[in-house]
Amino acid sequence: MIRTEDIFKSFDETEVLKGITTEFYKGKTNLIIGRSGAGKTVLLKLLVGLLEPTSGKVWYDDTDFFALDRKQMRNIRMEVGMLFQASALFDSMTVEENIRFPLDMFSTLTLKEKRQQVDKCLERVNLEGANANFPSEISGGMQKRVGIARAIVLDPKYLFCDEPNSGLDPKTSIVIDELIRDITIEKNITTIINTHDMNSVMEIGDNIVLLYQGKLAWRGTNEDVLESDNATLQDFIFASPFLQRLRDAALKRG
Amino acid sequence: MLFKNLFHHFGRYVIMLGSAFSKPERASMYYKETMRQMNDIGIGSLFIVCLIAIFIGAVTAVQFSYQLDGTLVPVYYIGYVVRDMTIIELAPTFTCLVLAGKVGSNIAAEIGGMRQKEHIDAMEIMGVNTAAYLIMPKVIAALIVIPMLVAVGAFISIIGGYLASVPTGVMADADYIKGLRSFFDPFNVTMMFIKALVFSFILTTVPAYQGYHVRGGSIELGQASTNAVVFSDILILVADYLLAVVLTS
Repeated sequence: MIRTEDIFKSFDETEVLKGITTEFYKGKTNLIIGRSGAGKTVLLKLLVGLLEPTSGKVWYDDTDFFALDRKQMRNIRMEVGMLFQASALFDSMTVEENIRFPLDMFSTLTLKEKRQQVDKCLERVNLEGANANFPSEISGGMQKRVGIARAIVLDPKYLFCDEPNSGLDPKTSIVIDELIRDITIEKNITTIINTHDMNSVMEIGDNIVLLYQGKLAWRGTNEDVLESDNATLQDFIFASPFLQRLRDAALKRG
Repeated sequence: MLFKNLFHHFGRYVIMLGSAFSKPERASMYYKETMRQMNDIGIGSLFIVCLIAIFIGAVTAVQFSYQLDGTLVPVYYIGYVVRDMTIIELAPTFTCLVLAGKVGSNIAAEIGGMRQKEHIDAMEIMGVNTAAYLIMPKVIAALIVIPMLVAVGAFISIIGGYLASVPTGVMADADYIKGLRSFFDPFNVTMMFIKALVFSFILTTVPAYQGYHVRGGSIELGQASTNAVVFSDILILVADYLLAVVLTS
């Protein structure tokens, strides 16, 4: 489990996060949602330690993350996998080398064992045989899947995904969402996803945190979303005219 | 304000170097990367270094023979001056100024591009000490390869001086060789290597600093690359002066 305690974050004079206290559960897909500029990415970067809070704490289980020294932080990070918005695959390396990179860096496995582990991860994300391709030779959806394979190759306890569906068509988005949810359940890990994809919210939102202007505006599950009368949540979920028409039609039919 | 900025950057540069020279997570990965960098910096720069060196030697010989014309200074001094000018100053300084442009801009662009594409963030999250992994192999590779390039450059430059003065009839072959053998002080070669080592360190760490801390988009990356070359060149020239004072006093 990951917990934040009264997190504030400012950049110069601009306060981006204002007292965020929340929890992200193990074995669940935890979603951080909100409009652009609400502070989602800043919160995610804070959780993984790429940014430091102005004040407040981040707890990894019982460990105060920002009270650790660099070496201890690195040890925690080795239990973290992250999928980046643009996948962040190393262009000069093949798919296999990208996935193998954390193993090359930290494991004591032989090359043969590492390759077997890479194949296992590629099979898990349905990309068998893509080992020799370079990132530029595969589609955006495939790059995301390679990113997921790289994120899980060291069997992390925590998985972070920054807008995993950005730039993907709706069908591929569903595939990625299902993959992340299945991996979360299989490996019983704490997964935190930063998204504004409504399908993700409704399909895989076990624990949803809504940010609005840097504050925690609402928290609940995907089942609570439709029943909530929180105005900020409703404004966010039904922002598009299409969804508004659907909601109105559903209400008319009772 | 200027001093505040200067101290701010110097402080961050020192902190970055502290991280860059810490214990590697896996020596074999660093070794592989160092070998790749040695190839890129060494083999990749050999042609341009040789080309510049041959002209430096040739121009030094031609200019000095022009200045000696009509004087009582023996003509074999051309060989002596070409040799010492090349070894003490021209080979290390010229070579490293050129490499600051070629290698330095490349390092700033490579690391800066990785920062912008979140590659560095990705490595950080994996637990990699990115400053060490991205910077240390480049610095070690440069410290090994650039002195070699400078030595090759010095040799080629002396040949350049020969080609510009002997076949053109400025002086006899024997005179040039006599000049090369006259008044030789082996410490000058040591001085050349000391300069090459110091300049190599500057031309890799300064661009690495510029790239590592780049923010924003392509314009900022371009600026970082330009700053990398400009600041490396300035620091090389300052270091050249300081070394000249220290090593010849």
